[in-house]
Amino acid sequence: MISIRDVNHNIGSARILKDINLDIPRAGATAIIGPNGAGKSTLLNLVARLQPLQTGSISIDGQDVGKTPTAQIAKALAIVSQQNFVASRLRVRDLVGFGRWPHHRGRMGPEDHEAVDQALAAFDLLSFQSRFLDELSGGQQQRAFVAMGFAQGTDWLLLDEPLNNLDMFHARALMKRVHGVSRSGAAGGRQVLMVVHEINYVAAWADHVVALREGEVALQGAPEEILTSAALSGLYEMDIQVSEHQGRPLVLHHV
Amino acid sequence: MLACGFFMLWGLPSFSPFILTLRAERLLALVVVGAAVGASTVVFQTVAANRILTPTIMGFDSLFLMVQTGLVFLFGGLSYAALPVTPKFLLETLLMMLAAMVLFSLLFGRGRRDMHRMILVGVIVGILFRSLTVFLQRLLDPSEFSVVQGAMFASFGAVDLTTLYLATGLCCLVFAVLVPMLRPLDVIALGRSPAVGLGVSYDRALVGLLGITAALVAVSTALVGPISFLGLLVASLAHALMRTHRHALLVPAAALIGAVILVVGQGVFERVLGLQSSLAVIVEFFGGLLFLILVLRGAVR
Ligand SMILES: Nc1ncnc2c1ncn2[C@@H]1O[C@H](COP(=O)(O)OP(=O)(O)OP(=O)(O)O)[C@@H](O)[C@H]1O
Ligand SMILES: [Mg+2]
Repeated sequence: MISIRDVNHNIGSARILKDINLDIPRAGATAIIGPNGAGKSTLLNLVARLQPLQTGSISIDGQDVGKTPTAQIAKALAIVSQQNFVASRLRVRDLVGFGRWPHHRGRMGPEDHEAVDQALAAFDLLSFQSRFLDELSGGQQQRAFVAMGFAQGTDWLLLDEPLNNLDMFHARALMKRVHGVSRSGAAGGRQVLMVVHEINYVAAWADHVVALREGEVALQGAPEEILTSAALSGLYEMDIQVSEHQGRPLVLHHV
Repeated sequence: MLACGFFMLWGLPSFSPFILTLRAERLLALVVVGAAVGASTVVFQTVAANRILTPTIMGFDSLFLMVQTGLVFLFGGLSYAALPVTPKFLLETLLMMLAAMVLFSLLFGRGRRDMHRMILVGVIVGILFRSLTVFLQRLLDPSEFSVVQGAMFASFGAVDLTTLYLATGLCCLVFAVLVPMLRPLDVIALGRSPAVGLGVSYDRALVGLLGITAALVAVSTALVGPISFLGLLVASLAHALMRTHRHALLVPAAALIGAVILVVGQGVFERVLGLQSSLAVIVEFFGGLLFLILVLRGAVR
């Protein structure tokens, strides 16, 4: 469980996050939704210690993020950021190999290569593996970064808008994959916490939903509870219809 | 490439067997300077996530001269010059490392991705150091001025022996510290967020790496004075030749290339062409040209 207690975050005089108290249960795949600028990425970055915590505390399965050595956290939690950019000229395989860094710290062993192979295969990247990153399309790059996060092999996986730039085929494949890893394995699978805008993917694949709005937790609960016409219309301040498809909510927001 | 480097290094002194010791000392100075400049530039460019900036373009060497001038200013020229070389050099290096670490970790800590702003800030900081140095020198009286003046121009000529051994020792020490950081450097090159995500103590490593860069620049500036564009030339060559992201290969390659350029260049100029101090000019010319090309082409990664 990720416990977030009394977390405030200010940038200058702007209050980005206001008194967040939130538990992310080990429910499998948890989706964070909310309008642009709600503070979703900021919250994810704080959990993943990419930004220093200003007030409050965050713990991941009992480990305090502020006090645990960063190398130890890297074995428990991986994050794929919303914006990814690499300055050096890097091949796809090398990038995904960096996901194994917390385990090998510079010297890849056979199990690291195996994990890299698996991640490359899982995200349909085997045919690009020796291409340079800057020679890929936007969606291919996005898949490479997500594969790097997967290869890290951590119990918690944080994905900030993993569907960015992906076509329908790869978006569905990715969500299926995420859903799959959160089920498989003896210990109940890996826990995924992801920011997703495409609400129907949330409806189809998420086990738990948290909605942020203007730096506050607006709603949280099972997808069937959150993805209702009333709740979504309030959250996004627009008229949203919700119907049903195969027992799951189907959100009509595009017309 | 290794073989080529060694061939040059070993082949050269036997070129003219007389005054061997003198030449060996000069050779050592060239190798140390070349290696220090090459390694420090590659490390710095990775930390800055920028292939155009070099420590010298950002005024590390001026910082060293400023510290030197400042110390002369504080203690008075003659009494300062009378100080033994060893503590003086170490003090200067230490002060410079501190200044560089504080200043540049502030600069690189956040939002370093904006390349154009970084270049602008870097060049301005460099000019600031240079002007401050000149300003301090204006305040000195002529006899004190002559003490620092000797350090102001790049020269591959005679080098003070004590300084040479000190610099060599310091250089070896710094390389020893740098070696275990070469693998984490690969991760640091990914940027702050990915590096932290992968469990590298980014901020601490950054300060250490800037300290290492500062020490290496101090070594080369103390030995031959400021050389602006050699590092750029060497780092670009290293990246072009090695075509890898792995610093365990890049940094030694840059050190080697730096040493080879200086040794071969100086050898050719002195022995073949009979010219005395034109190597600095030539290196600066080609380095400067490369700098312009890189800036104009824009697409540097
Ligand atoms: N460096 C910054 N300086 C000032 N304001 C910032 C900065 N970074 C983010 N913000 C503000 O913080 C708020 C939250 O940003 P955040 O990136 O967390 O939003 P988000 O919910 O992830 O949005 P999106 O859906 O667009 O990704 C926004 O209003 C943004 O304008
Ligand atoms: Mg975001």
